[in-house]
Amino acid sequence: MTQIATPSNLGKPVLSIDHLKVTFATDGGDVPAVKDVSLDVGSGEVVAIVGESGSGKTVTAKTILGLLPETAVSSGAVVLNGNDVISVSAQKMRQIRGKDVAMVFQEPSTALNPVFTVGWQISEGIRAHGKVSKKEARARAIEALTKVGIPDPEHRVDYYPHQFSGGQKQRVVIAAALALNPGLIVADEPSTALDVTVQAEILQLLRDLRDQYGVSIVLITHNMGVVADLADRVVVMYQGDVVEEADATALFANPQQDYTKKLLAAVPHLGRNSASAGFAASPPKFGEVLVQAKNLEIEYPGRLGQPAFKAVDRVSFQISAGEVYGLVGESGSGKTTIGRCIAGLNRATGGSLKVFDYEMVGFKERTFKPLRKDIGFVFQDPAASFNPHLTIGECVAEPVAIHEKRSARDIRKRVLELMDAVQLPSNFIDRYPHELSGGQRQRASLARALSLNPKLLVADEPTSALDVSVQAKVLELFKEIQAEFGFAALFISHDLAVVDMLAHRVGVLLRGEFVEEGIGNQIMSDPQHPYTQRLVASLPVPDPALQAQRREAHRAMFSS
Amino acid sequence: MAGMNKESKWSRLPVISHLRKSVGLQRTMLVIGLVLSGIFVLTAIFAPLIAPYGFAQSSDESGRFGAQMPPSPDHLWGTTVGGYDVFSRVIWGAPTAALVIIVAVVLSIFAGIILGLISGYLGGWIDRVLVVVADAIYAFPALLLAIVMSIVISGGQSNLFGGIMAAGIALTVVFVPQYFRVTRAETLRLKAEPFVESAKVVGASNIRIMSRHVFRNATRTLPLIFTLNASEAILTLAGLGFLGFGIEPTSAAEWGYDLNRALADASSGIWWTGLFPGLAIVLTVLGLTLVGESMNDLNDPRLRGRKRAGKTRTQEGRTTVETVPTVADVDGTGVEAAK
Repeated sequence: MTQIATPSNLGKPVLSIDHLKVTFATDGGDVPAVKDVSLDVGSGEVVAIVGESGSGKTVTAKTILGLLPETAVSSGAVVLNGNDVISVSAQKMRQIRGKDVAMVFQEPSTALNPVFTVGWQISEGIRAHGKVSKKEARARAIEALTKVGIPDPEHRVDYYPHQFSGGQKQRVVIAAALALNPGLIVADEPSTALDVTVQAEILQLLRDLRDQYGVSIVLITHNMGVVADLADRVVVMYQGDVVEEADATALFANPQQDYTKKLLAAVPHLGRNSASAGFAASPPKFGEVLVQAKNLEIEYPGRLGQPAFKAVDRVSFQISAGEVYGLVGESGSGKTTIGRCIAGLNRATGGSLKVFDYEMVGFKERTFKPLRKDIGFVFQDPAASFNPHLTIGECVAEPVAIHEKRSARDIRKRVLELMDAVQLPSNFIDRYPHELSGGQRQRASLARALSLNPKLLVADEPTSALDVSVQAKVLELFKEIQAEFGFAALFISHDLAVVDMLAHRVGVLLRGEFVEEGIGNQIMSDPQHPYTQRLVASLPVPDPALQAQRREAHRAMFSS
Repeated sequence: MAGMNKESKWSRLPVISHLRKSVGLQRTMLVIGLVLSGIFVLTAIFAPLIAPYGFAQSSDESGRFGAQMPPSPDHLWGTTVGGYDVFSRVIWGAPTAALVIIVAVVLSIFAGIILGLISGYLGGWIDRVLVVVADAIYAFPALLLAIVMSIVISGGQSNLFGGIMAAGIALTVVFVPQYFRVTRAETLRLKAEPFVESAKVVGASNIRIMSRHVFRNATRTLPLIFTLNASEAILTLAGLGFLGFGIEPTSAAEWGYDLNRALADASSGIWWTGLFPGLAIVLTVLGLTLVGESMNDLNDPRLRGRKRAGKTRTQEGRTTVETVPTVADVDGTGVEAAK
């Protein structure tokens, strides 16, 4: 293999990928995942690979560590410290992994083995490379934990993964990656599975590591805010090809390619395009109250001998006809539980929750059933919310078929109307759910929820499983349809910017309790409660200069 | 449009879809299994046409066949100690075995699936009781149960109906927990799936959810258990026959019974009375097991073998319509690989 690596501006590159091409064998024939990718990573540089799902960014990352499955065939060169990863033997590859390059995975709770202590897992890598005594390995594990800012590392080295929080687990994963001082860390969506406030901490940690130890980082992400926060250079990928490569500041300020421009335009900005703009001055009038919660409590029964878990505690709010109410909170805050409770999927256990004047505390399925036709529900994962054995047409028609006695032709006509409303081509009616893309499925899901003209729509994170550009279109559609049909909606999301785009009023949840409630853009621009302030400040914005300012402000706010 | 739909539905049928996506060794195994099972099924259907003599026939116009005659043009595989034609007995054994499989599997599939759906979807005390009962049945040896059944049904005096029902019902009792458990586990998983919840939110009744949304999704692995159970059914029937609880030779032909009668022949050098019924059992069970095992492997994407990427084009004979979308890229891969 010839080494054609062009020297980058930061001296000899740590990693240089040259005309990489990866093809997968699947049931449907060969699928090219990466078509032609070349890039260099200099020492101490953070290079972000961004792209939507299916762009080949994760496959590229896995190639760097030689982690491709057997069905993949790769060609080209991936040179890491003078070794071509594609052509080295399995044994040599083992030596390279951990020592020259290490990986940080997306989901820290699955990347750690639950039956071993974190110390054992960190030392495992150390002891795999050369003879190291148990004692020394342990000392080095403690050192690694200190580096990533785990408090009291001497004790916590003997803890098991479940004894750490999600953010700390990700720190442990990073510590394990750092244990052998590799020159390069490949981080595959390191903060995607984490809440915004925790994400900010992990990004800060990665930045510190780069600054202090000169580690190069390949950051794989779909989140433009994360890119703006951390990356020096950005590689934009689309369908297996590099579309654009530029310095972070240059890329955000002046994107060259159409695709990059589209991608950046699709990223929701906090405070831009707010649904509640101008509400503070003149609050609009909404119709009758549809949902009224007063000191609502929802408990999950505990296991034998354990107390019940209170998921929602003393929450009060109301949703009027025609109003979009946003519920924001991090994972475990109880926002989804409230949504499911309104739709009768969970039981309310205390206080009062009235849906169309029907008391949901102690509700009976039989008496509630007639009201169900007035409630639509859009689920988070469009792939799982359709019966794979029914066509899209049958799925959308299901509510109509259950509640109204109509002829098959009549139902079909109604389905076609709905498909038209959510901008799906009418020939999709005979397709199966797996033949649609994520965005299309979520449109169909919306069509199904609207099929009986409900007065209330509950949307549980409807766009969080979608790519940014698709998300932007679905949100746009949601907004249009809401204005047209005039239903009230409960919109649940962890993404402040998304909620701000749609919701007139917003409630912020923290561990089952409301910390703040009010008009959407007022809360976003002038949060009163410290938690809301932190939430707003942690959200990375897709603009490196602005993000650097916000970061400083954020740090000043919480270090003082 | 309708034609296309039909074709895609056709190719989604269990065995055909498996055959289409198999390659290499897995394909060979599946094909061998299918051929053996196919021969078994065809023999069972066309037994009256294939067999030269009846299963209880020991003489024809030219007189009695004679006992333990070696293979000859008149009697291809010789005759048994009772003076029956071995070839005809082996052929006539196929419909008997097929009937037992059908009785056992149909009964247990219906009972198992319905109980599994109810138990998994409704939960509560029904679920707990059914699970305990299923566990208890697991502890029961199939053969013992079959012997008890054969005594209950026909007082130990087996005729065709009695023998088949005894084996069939005994197997049903043993198989029901298997279908029950698989269906229940799938139902439990599906119950938490958003599409089932979505049906609930819409206001669908429990029966509608179970029949329309859960049933078809929960029963996808059943063809696999069916093939594996079918071979177990044959073995149990043969075992019963071998122990003497089989079907009288005058009511139907049964491989296990013939094997039992051939026991004494083996030591006196008469090989043809035992070999052919034995082979019939082995090959039928092997065929069904091969089909079941390969389907199991092919169902799991991690166990399924695939053609290596970039080589699709070179195997002209194997190239299917599926590869069309990527043809343009395959050429490029070939060039890279050559370099």
